[in-house]
Amino acid sequence: MEEHDDQNKSRSSVLTKSELIERVAQRQSQLSQKDVELAVKTMLEEMSQALATGGRIEIRGFGSFSLHYRAPRLGRNPKTGEAVDLTGKYVPHFKPGKELRDRVNGEDDEGASPSN
Amino acid sequence: MSALTKADLAEKLFEELGLNKREAKEMVELFFEEIRASLEANEHVKLSGFGNFDLRNKRQRPGRNPKTGEEIPISARRVVTFRPGQKLKQRVEAYAGTKQQ
Repeated sequence: MEEHDDQNKSRSSVLTKSELIERVAQRQSQLSQKDVELAVKTMLEEMSQALATGGRIEIRGFGSFSLHYRAPRLGRNPKTGEAVDLTGKYVPHFKPGKELRDRVNGEDDEGASPSN
Repeated sequence: MSALTKADLAEKLFEELGLNKREAKEMVELFFEEIRASLEANEHVKLSGFGNFDLRNKRQRPGRNPKTGEEIPISARRVVTFRPGQKLKQRVEAYAGTKQQ
Protein backbone atom coordinates (compact mmCIF):
# COMPACT_ATOMS: atom_id res chain seq x y z
CA MET A 1 0.00 0.00 0.00
CA GLU A 2 2.91 2.26 0.72
CA GLU A 3 3.48 3.57 -2.77
CA HIS A 4 6.76 5.26 -3.11
CA ASP A 5 6.74 8.77 -4.28
CA ASP A 6 9.40 11.06 -4.75
CA GLN A 7 8.91 14.76 -5.07
CA ASN A 8 8.35 17.37 -2.46
CA LYS A 9 8.02 15.22 0.59
CA SER A 10 10.54 17.48 2.22
CA ARG A 11 9.63 20.65 0.41
CA SER A 12 6.37 21.34 2.16
CA SER A 13 6.30 22.93 5.57
CA VAL A 14 5.10 21.51 8.84
CA LEU A 15 2.45 22.47 11.34
CA THR A 16 3.27 21.45 14.91
CA LYS A 17 0.91 20.96 17.81
CA SER A 18 1.81 24.30 19.37
CA GLU A 19 1.23 26.15 16.10
CA LEU A 20 -2.07 24.34 15.67
CA ILE A 21 -3.08 25.49 19.16
CA GLU A 22 -2.17 29.10 18.24
CA ARG A 23 -4.24 28.97 15.06
CA VAL A 24 -7.26 27.52 16.80
CA ALA A 25 -6.92 30.16 19.53
CA GLN A 26 -6.85 32.94 16.93
CA ARG A 27 -9.98 31.66 15.24
CA GLN A 28 -12.19 32.08 18.29
CA SER A 29 -12.64 34.71 20.95
CA GLN A 30 -14.01 33.13 24.10
CA LEU A 31 -11.11 31.01 25.26
CA SER A 32 -7.56 31.86 26.25
CA GLN A 33 -4.68 30.18 24.48
CA LYS A 34 -4.08 28.21 27.66
CA ASP A 35 -7.62 26.85 27.56
CA VAL A 36 -7.29 25.99 23.89
CA GLU A 37 -4.07 24.15 24.65
CA LEU A 38 -5.81 22.13 27.32
CA ALA A 39 -8.72 21.40 24.99
CA VAL A 40 -6.47 20.20 22.16
CA LYS A 41 -4.49 17.99 24.51
CA THR A 42 -7.68 16.60 26.02
CA MET A 43 -9.03 15.72 22.56
CA LEU A 44 -5.80 14.00 21.51
CA GLU A 45 -5.69 12.07 24.76
CA GLU A 46 -9.29 10.98 24.33
CA MET A 47 -8.54 9.83 20.80
CA SER A 48 -5.42 7.95 21.89
CA GLN A 49 -7.32 6.34 24.73
CA ALA A 50 -10.09 5.18 22.40
CA LEU A 51 -7.56 3.45 20.15
CA ALA A 52 -5.56 2.05 23.08
CA THR A 53 -8.69 0.28 24.30
CA GLY A 54 -9.51 -1.22 20.93
CA GLY A 55 -12.03 1.39 19.80
CA ARG A 56 -12.58 3.27 16.57
CA ILE A 57 -12.80 7.00 15.92
CA GLU A 58 -15.13 8.45 13.29
CA ILE A 59 -14.85 12.14 12.53
CA ARG A 60 -17.25 13.20 9.80
CA GLY A 61 -15.56 15.21 7.07
CA PHE A 62 -12.13 14.32 8.39
CA GLY A 63 -11.72 10.57 8.52
CA SER A 64 -11.73 7.48 10.68
CA PHE A 65 -9.13 5.75 12.79
CA SER A 66 -9.20 2.06 13.51
CA LEU A 67 -6.84 -0.73 14.48
CA HIS A 68 -5.33 -3.15 12.02
CA TYR A 69 -4.04 -6.47 13.22
CA ARG A 70 -0.55 -7.58 12.30
CA ALA A 71 -0.14 -11.34 12.45
CA PRO A 72 2.76 -12.89 14.38
CA ARG A 73 5.77 -13.47 12.19
CA LEU A 74 9.34 -14.54 12.23
CA GLY A 75 11.54 -11.48 12.08
CA ARG A 76 15.26 -11.15 11.82
CA ASN A 77 17.72 -9.10 13.75
CA PRO A 78 19.29 -7.08 10.93
CA LYS A 79 22.65 -6.97 12.69
CA THR A 80 23.11 -10.59 13.65
CA GLY A 81 20.79 -12.26 11.16
CA GLU A 82 19.26 -14.12 14.08
CA ALA A 83 15.60 -15.10 13.81
CA VAL A 84 13.25 -13.48 16.35
CA ASP A 85 9.68 -14.36 17.10
CA LEU A 86 7.47 -11.30 16.69
CA THR A 87 4.09 -11.57 18.35
CA GLY A 88 0.90 -10.34 16.73
CA LYS A 89 -0.03 -6.75 17.43
CA TYR A 90 -2.43 -3.96 16.58
CA VAL A 91 -1.41 -0.82 14.74
CA PRO A 92 -3.42 2.41 14.32
CA HIS A 93 -4.75 3.08 10.85
CA PHE A 94 -6.28 6.27 9.41
CA LYS A 95 -8.63 6.49 6.46
CA PRO A 96 -9.21 10.06 5.25
CA GLY A 97 -12.82 11.09 4.75
CA LYS A 98 -14.23 12.48 1.51
CA GLU A 99 -13.97 16.17 2.38
CA LEU A 100 -10.35 15.83 3.44
CA ARG A 101 -9.48 13.74 0.38
CA ASP A 102 -11.07 16.22 -1.98
CA ARG A 103 -9.60 19.32 -0.40
CA VAL A 104 -6.09 17.92 -0.31
CA ASN A 105 -6.47 16.90 -3.91
CA GLY A 106 -7.50 20.41 -4.91
CA GLU A 107 -11.17 19.64 -5.45
CA ASP A 108 -13.43 21.99 -3.62
CA ASP A 109 -16.53 20.53 -2.02
CA GLU A 110 -18.90 18.98 -4.48
CA GLY A 111 -19.03 19.42 -8.21
CA ALA A 112 -15.41 18.65 -8.89
CA SER A 113 -15.81 14.91 -8.59
CA PRO A 114 -13.74 12.98 -11.11
CA SER A 115 -16.66 11.09 -12.57
CA ASN A 116 -17.35 12.80 -15.82
CA MET B 1 -17.93 -0.47 21.59
CA SER B 2 -19.26 2.32 19.40
CA ALA B 3 -16.89 4.70 17.66
CA LEU B 4 -15.68 7.94 19.23
CA THR B 5 -17.27 10.91 17.45
CA LYS B 6 -17.06 14.70 17.46
CA ALA B 7 -20.05 14.73 19.82
CA ASP B 8 -18.13 12.54 22.29
CA LEU B 9 -15.12 14.84 22.14
CA ALA B 10 -17.30 17.90 22.73
CA GLU B 11 -18.95 16.14 25.68
CA LYS B 12 -15.51 15.46 27.15
CA LEU B 13 -14.53 19.14 26.87
CA PHE B 14 -17.78 20.06 28.55
CA GLU B 15 -17.30 17.59 31.41
CA GLU B 16 -13.58 17.91 31.98
CA LEU B 17 -12.80 21.51 31.14
CA GLY B 18 -16.15 23.12 31.79
CA LEU B 19 -16.50 24.65 28.33
CA ASN B 20 -20.13 25.32 27.61
CA LYS B 21 -21.73 23.10 24.99
CA ARG B 22 -21.48 25.63 22.20
CA GLU B 23 -17.82 26.41 22.93
CA ALA B 24 -17.03 22.72 23.17
CA LYS B 25 -18.63 21.94 19.85
CA GLU B 26 -16.90 24.88 18.17
CA MET B 27 -13.54 23.84 19.61
CA VAL B 28 -13.85 20.34 18.16
CA GLU B 29 -14.81 21.73 14.74
CA LEU B 30 -11.95 24.24 14.74
CA PHE B 31 -9.43 21.60 15.73
CA PHE B 32 -10.21 19.35 12.77
CA GLU B 33 -10.77 22.26 10.39
CA GLU B 34 -7.33 23.72 11.11
CA ILE B 35 -5.73 20.33 10.41
CA ARG B 36 -7.67 20.05 7.14
CA ALA B 37 -6.80 23.61 6.12
CA SER B 38 -3.16 22.97 6.82
CA LEU B 39 -3.05 19.78 4.75
CA GLU B 40 -4.96 21.54 2.00
CA ALA B 41 -2.22 24.19 1.97
CA ASN B 42 0.38 21.43 1.58
CA GLU B 43 1.58 21.61 5.18
CA HIS B 44 2.23 18.36 6.99
CA VAL B 45 0.85 18.18 10.51
CA LYS B 46 2.91 16.77 13.38
CA LEU B 47 1.10 16.10 16.62
CA SER B 48 3.73 14.80 19.01
CA GLY B 49 2.60 11.82 21.04
CA PHE B 50 -0.20 11.12 18.58
CA GLY B 51 1.18 11.04 15.05
CA ASN B 52 1.90 12.82 11.80
CA PHE B 53 -0.39 13.55 8.91
CA ASP B 54 1.78 13.53 5.81
CA LEU B 55 1.05 14.25 2.17
CA ARG B 56 2.18 12.12 -0.72
CA ASN B 57 1.98 12.83 -4.41
CA LYS B 58 0.85 9.87 -6.44
CA ARG B 59 1.63 9.63 -10.11
CA GLN B 60 -1.01 8.72 -12.61
CA ARG B 61 -1.39 4.95 -12.76
CA PRO B 62 -3.45 2.49 -14.77
CA GLY B 63 -6.83 1.62 -13.34
CA ARG B 64 -9.91 -0.25 -14.37
CA ASN B 65 -13.61 0.27 -14.02
CA PRO B 66 -14.52 -2.66 -11.79
CA LYS B 67 -17.99 -2.93 -13.34
CA THR B 68 -17.15 -2.83 -17.01
CA GLY B 69 -13.53 -3.91 -16.94
CA GLU B 70 -12.73 -0.88 -19.06
CA GLU B 71 -9.24 0.53 -18.60
CA ILE B 72 -9.15 4.11 -17.34
CA PRO B 73 -6.10 5.85 -15.93
CA ILE B 74 -6.27 6.98 -12.31
CA SER B 75 -5.13 10.57 -12.44
CA ALA B 76 -2.18 11.92 -10.46
CA ARG B 77 -3.29 13.04 -7.04
CA ARG B 78 -2.20 14.08 -3.59
CA VAL B 79 -3.20 11.91 -0.65
CA VAL B 80 -3.02 12.14 3.14
CA THR B 81 -1.30 9.41 5.10
CA PHE B 82 -1.13 9.05 8.86
CA ARG B 83 1.96 7.80 10.65
CA PRO B 84 1.21 7.05 14.28
CA GLY B 85 3.76 8.35 16.78
CA GLN B 86 5.89 6.12 18.96
CA LYS B 87 3.78 6.75 22.05
CA LEU B 88 0.48 5.94 20.34
CA LYS B 89 1.94 2.84 18.71
CA GLN B 90 3.12 1.54 22.06
CA ARG B 91 -0.21 2.18 23.71
CA VAL B 92 -2.09 0.42 20.93
CA GLU B 93 0.35 -2.48 20.80
CA ALA B 94 -0.28 -3.11 24.46
CA TYR B 95 -3.93 -3.72 23.65
CA ALA B 96 -4.31 -7.50 23.77
CA GLY B 97 -7.44 -7.48 21.66
CA THR B 98 -10.66 -9.35 21.95
CA LYS B 99 -10.98 -9.93 18.23
CA GLN B 100 -10.19 -13.17 16.51
CA GLN B 101 -6.48 -13.60 15.93
